[in-house]
Amino acid sequence: MNNILVTNEVTKQFGNHTALRNVSLEIPENSIYGLLGPNGAGKTTLIRIINQITYPDKGSVYFNGVPLKPAHISQIGYLPEERGLYKSMKVGEQVLYLAQLKGLSKNDAKQKLKYWFEKLEIGDWWNKKVQELSKGMAQKIQFVVTVLHEPKLLIFDEPFSGFDPINANLIKEQILNLKNNGTSIIFSTHRMESVEELCEYIALIHQSEKILDGKLSEIKKAYKNNIFEIGLEIDNPNALLDQMRSSFQVMSHVYDPIEKQLDIKVQLPSTASSELLKFLGNRANINAFVETIPSAKDIFIKTVQDKGIAHE
Amino acid sequence: MNKLPLIIKREYLAKVRNKSFVIMTFLSPILMVGMILLIAYLTQLNGNEKRVIAILNESDFFSNEFVTSEATSYVNFRDVSLVQAKDSTLNMGYYGLMYLPNEENLEQVAQRAFFYSKEAPSSTILDRLENIITGRLRQERLREIGLSSKEFAEMDRVYDINIATFDGLQNIKGINEIKAVIGGAFGYLIMMFIIIYGGFVMRSVIEEKTSRIIEVIISSVKPFHLMMGKIIGTSLAGITQFTIWIISGVILLFIGLAIFDIDPATLTEGGMTPGMGNNGGVNVDAVTQDIQLYAQEIFEIPIFAMLLFFIIYFVLGYLIYSSIYAAIGAAVDNETDTQQFIFPVIIPLMLAIYVGFFSVFSNPNGPIAVAFSLFPLTSPIVMLMRLPWGIGGGGVPVWQLITSILILIATFIGIVWVAAKIYRVGILMYGKKPSYKELFKWLKYSS
Repeated sequence: MNNILVTNEVTKQFGNHTALRNVSLEIPENSIYGLLGPNGAGKTTLIRIINQITYPDKGSVYFNGVPLKPAHISQIGYLPEERGLYKSMKVGEQVLYLAQLKGLSKNDAKQKLKYWFEKLEIGDWWNKKVQELSKGMAQKIQFVVTVLHEPKLLIFDEPFSGFDPINANLIKEQILNLKNNGTSIIFSTHRMESVEELCEYIALIHQSEKILDGKLSEIKKAYKNNIFEIGLEIDNPNALLDQMRSSFQVMSHVYDPIEKQLDIKVQLPSTASSELLKFLGNRANINAFVETIPSAKDIFIKTVQDKGIAHE
Repeated sequence: MNKLPLIIKREYLAKVRNKSFVIMTFLSPILMVGMILLIAYLTQLNGNEKRVIAILNESDFFSNEFVTSEATSYVNFRDVSLVQAKDSTLNMGYYGLMYLPNEENLEQVAQRAFFYSKEAPSSTILDRLENIITGRLRQERLREIGLSSKEFAEMDRVYDINIATFDGLQNIKGINEIKAVIGGAFGYLIMMFIIIYGGFVMRSVIEEKTSRIIEVIISSVKPFHLMMGKIIGTSLAGITQFTIWIISGVILLFIGLAIFDIDPATLTEGGMTPGMGNNGGVNVDAVTQDIQLYAQEIFEIPIFAMLLFFIIYFVLGYLIYSSIYAAIGAAVDNETDTQQFIFPVIIPLMLAIYVGFFSVFSNPNGPIAVAFSLFPLTSPIVMLMRLPWGIGGGGVPVWQLITSILILIATFIGIVWVAAKIYRVGILMYGKKPSYKELFKWLKYSS
């Protein structure tokens, strides 16, 4: 599979502070890639390097197989975390200006704007000044500005902060739509749970270093520890539990005598769960049998602890 | 595609369409001209008001010295006491009462004379009265010495020394003042433009920071292009404003003069310095000759060269200062934080103006004038103040002019480089007000 963007041992320093240390990433084409890490980890610096706002001290960046160069700016769309618009400028004029800065001609920009303004139902804002718009309205416009020039690579830095749930959903839909049409997308966020449903790939950045990256499903597979959550309907839980303890490792259990509901957490030596099912099937009604998958947050915390890096 | 023209266009339009800019542009010529006309009108009104002064003359030394003129008329009281005279002056609504007591000699009369008025009297009235009494005193003194007034008038002469350069060019006095006014006007214009439009550039940078649009833009264009586009766009707006001011100012002034029926000639006459007004009695030929000399001298001022160098110094000086302003704007988060940085920027500008007025005009080629016209932060102003004295020959030596421009260009490149670095780092820094030490650290950041 092609990589839309590759960073190779990228290092960046500001004075005595190292913002990035030997960060190597491979971002596959036509995927949604999550760049995760706490505030101040170096995500924004990395994104600024990709946008050529700043340049690495060491290491190199490749876009679509060739070294990143100024001409690539027109193929990248960037929605920064710190985003805004000229307050006293009219919406239409402003979007046209920003589109032209990205290299679109005025006519192209107008045509594409029509499409997006209709899609997001903001057509009648054209002559409004930005200061008359609400925050959510302004963010819709920022989104349009980011995607208007149909970039191959889209970068969203904390895209959902400040959006109300309805607009956040609308934007999420549009992002998935863009991905289905072949765009590659980088998501940067410190709220790891928010991207889990979107990202196929992730990289964890912590204290200027990449500590983990890869396909999210594979990472999860590697990090899961064969814990199963089982729900049973049973009259006499103690007998069952005693029997279970002899052959399985029961981590915890909760019994609700009114509902006769027993919830157990069991750790198995491998992913092979048929034996446990067989054992349970003869003794009780199973109403839940789920393998617990670690969340990105769990994985992140575990990785940080494993690496022996102090976690704030 | 080059994006600089796009940025310039946006910055220009953003500035020109700004409401306060539009109001300033069209209102200030009206206000200025209105003020001038108001002052002119009030002066005329003041001049038209005739003042009546009562005179109580008990001495033998004055008889018909107080002659009614256009602005003042005199009324003589006879056979009344001072108290009665005061009362009637007040009752009649006269401006004041001149009291001349009966004394042995004129000296004593003059010493005991009083002018009574309701309020503190105007200085012009007092001057007039004092002149009359002084004249009378002089006359008396002449009589004692035994000179006739005619003989005295022949004795009292005004002399103007003839001056010329070694090249044989005849010079006239007062021309230095004219040159100073021209040079000063150019220098002052540059200073005002830099302070006003440098401030606009700075505020525009701060606006981009506070509205958080900056990162969106510099993901499309280089920070340096944005900075230069901003500086150029704003200065074009400034030039537009100045042009409108000059054109509308001139038109309005003429319209106003026509409406109020004020003769421009009387205004300039009023504005003349007393020294220049002394020519009153000199014969007409001498005056025309003088005017010819003045014209010739003003013609000698290298006006085209001055305009050319005005543009060169203006552009370079403005670019240097406005990039400093842009860097200041980038370094801070809001306008209140700019004070500590702006002050050191304004100092060289003020210094240049003061050096110009106090040193250049008295000694255009003196060491101080030369030093400050080479120093790049003051040269745009100081050199322009020296230029009315000519280039080469008796004026500014050519090497100084060239050196000054070369230093200015080198400084321009250096300062724009430094400013661009601070700008590039600063626009992405939020939340804290940097110290000078930090700004210096930014210079060492790699791009």
